[in-house]
Amino acid sequence: MARLADKASAVVLAVLAILLLATVLLAAMLGPYPAPVGDVISAIARHFGGGGATPLDSILFQIRLPRVLAAVLVGAALATAGASYQTLFRNPLVSPDILGVSGGAGFGAVLGILLGLPVLAIQALGFAGGLATVLVVYALARALRSQNEVLVLVLAGIVVGALAGAGISLVKVLADPFNQLPAITFWLLGSLAGIKAEDVRIVLPLVVVGLVPLALLRWRIGVLSLGDDEAKALGVNVRFVRATVIAAATLVTATAVSVSGVIGWIGLVVPHMARMLVGPRYDRVLPASALMGAAFLVLIDTIARTAARIEIPLGLLTAVLGAPVFVWLLARGRRMWS
Amino acid sequence: MLQARKLAIGYGARDVAIDIDLAVARGEVLCLLGPNGAGKTTLFKTLLGLIPARGGEIRLGGRPLADLTRRETARAMAYVPQAQVMEFAYTVLDLVLMGRTAHLGPFAAPGRMDRERAEAALADLGILDLAHAEANRISGGQRQLSLVARALAQDAPLLVMDEPTASLDLGNRLLVLEKVRALRERGYGIVFSTHDPDQARELATRVAVIAHGRLAAYGTPGETLTAETLSDVYGVPVRLERTESGRLVVTNSNAGSD
Repeated sequence: MARLADKASAVVLAVLAILLLATVLLAAMLGPYPAPVGDVISAIARHFGGGGATPLDSILFQIRLPRVLAAVLVGAALATAGASYQTLFRNPLVSPDILGVSGGAGFGAVLGILLGLPVLAIQALGFAGGLATVLVVYALARALRSQNEVLVLVLAGIVVGALAGAGISLVKVLADPFNQLPAITFWLLGSLAGIKAEDVRIVLPLVVVGLVPLALLRWRIGVLSLGDDEAKALGVNVRFVRATVIAAATLVTATAVSVSGVIGWIGLVVPHMARMLVGPRYDRVLPASALMGAAFLVLIDTIARTAARIEIPLGLLTAVLGAPVFVWLLARGRRMWS
Repeated sequence: MLQARKLAIGYGARDVAIDIDLAVARGEVLCLLGPNGAGKTTLFKTLLGLIPARGGEIRLGGRPLADLTRRETARAMAYVPQAQVMEFAYTVLDLVLMGRTAHLGPFAAPGRMDRERAEAALADLGILDLAHAEANRISGGQRQLSLVARALAQDAPLLVMDEPTASLDLGNRLLVLEKVRALRERGYGIVFSTHDPDQARELATRVAVIAHGRLAAYGTPGETLTAETLSDVYGVPVRLERTESGRLVVTNSNAGSD
């Protein structure tokens, strides 16, 4: 029986990986210049064999695939961060927004837009904003020292996140309503429209650096979901593991937000769907969330750029899809956590 | 195996109780009695190393507890908390597997050997058939036994149980007590807290009574479970009666009408 459960979750992960590959191929086929799957595959083969010079080659490798790869990374980052926060805080309703990460990164980035900085500097500011927010939240929680560390941490996150939201509003008021405000608004709604291959080269290592410690500590992170006392008594260095999870999940969230803008719901909904498929064990939820988050955002982003004549903001699509899915999860999956 | 000397326990700057001396070895059962709020839970947490001692010393396996890593402590001493509903829907087997954590490498997850150890622990307590049941959806007694199984899977010679029979119905209480007795006979050292002096009489080799900010009584059940001690500790005049089988029946000596 036990072996079957292990095997079953391995099969689910394999199917999810194949599904992700399929969505990536589909996304590469679709666009203003559609290509059949055979052409896409042979273009990719050509690319690794030295590169081709057809229009499809340049469309795929300069525009479409960098964007698809960015969707893979951002989707995986947001979903794994959500799964990690949910396990760490023993609360299935938290998401990367909970520590104010998204708000802080958002504030940093819109400030960069207001100051008319180049794209890379805007991303760097977003990243710094996200990281700074978490440091402030953590320092605040430590200063307020209470029996319930986690509750104080979450409340501090909400407070600092609200401040970041006020900062964003201020930037919007100050922004030039004809040039900057539309860019800020669009960015706050989430978009991968401006992604270039160079962006992916920066995002990829940062997301990997964040995901590796989460993958390595997967079992001990799962044990943390029993609460501090039990985890300590079971032999876990709670302080170290918790600090690692917060640092790693914050790194991937801030990286994602700095490149894609604010995309909500993925960090909240995808881990729930992952738990429905593979159960609540974090060592299984982590890879399942990464694969599902990636596939989900690739699909959403493909819809965003092909469904209408204009780019549809990603945050809008994830909200429209995420809200009803979450209600359905609440109704159907209550027993998953109660 | 576990010794406390001149121990002072408490939170922050406040002593809850001081001057606590106690010890438990393999095959011994130390039972903690005391009114609510007297510091049983604080003492438990201190003995487990979850909160620092405010004074004195605790030794585990001859070494100061404060010098041991979490991993070393967990290999010597397993904690059986009161069974509670969990936030996540773990299966009983998942829960018991977590008992293996202290035996895993820092980056490892349990493998086949760990699963076999977990299943053996479940079989030991007669609940292997619950392995794939959701831990939140079994009875309180079964959940308590699952946590005992997790402690057995931890392969630690000392078990620390926080009111293992609290909030259990009569059948489950008898079931859990029977398992505790069996573990004692197999040579585990056991520390457990209870509100029932008769449980202490039945299982304990030694009883520690915490009250009035100190160790109010410490010794064999015969020495400690007296009407004077219990009256003093609980603040209610009690009368102790022994049944023919040796059981202790505690009644309020003011309310007695017979």
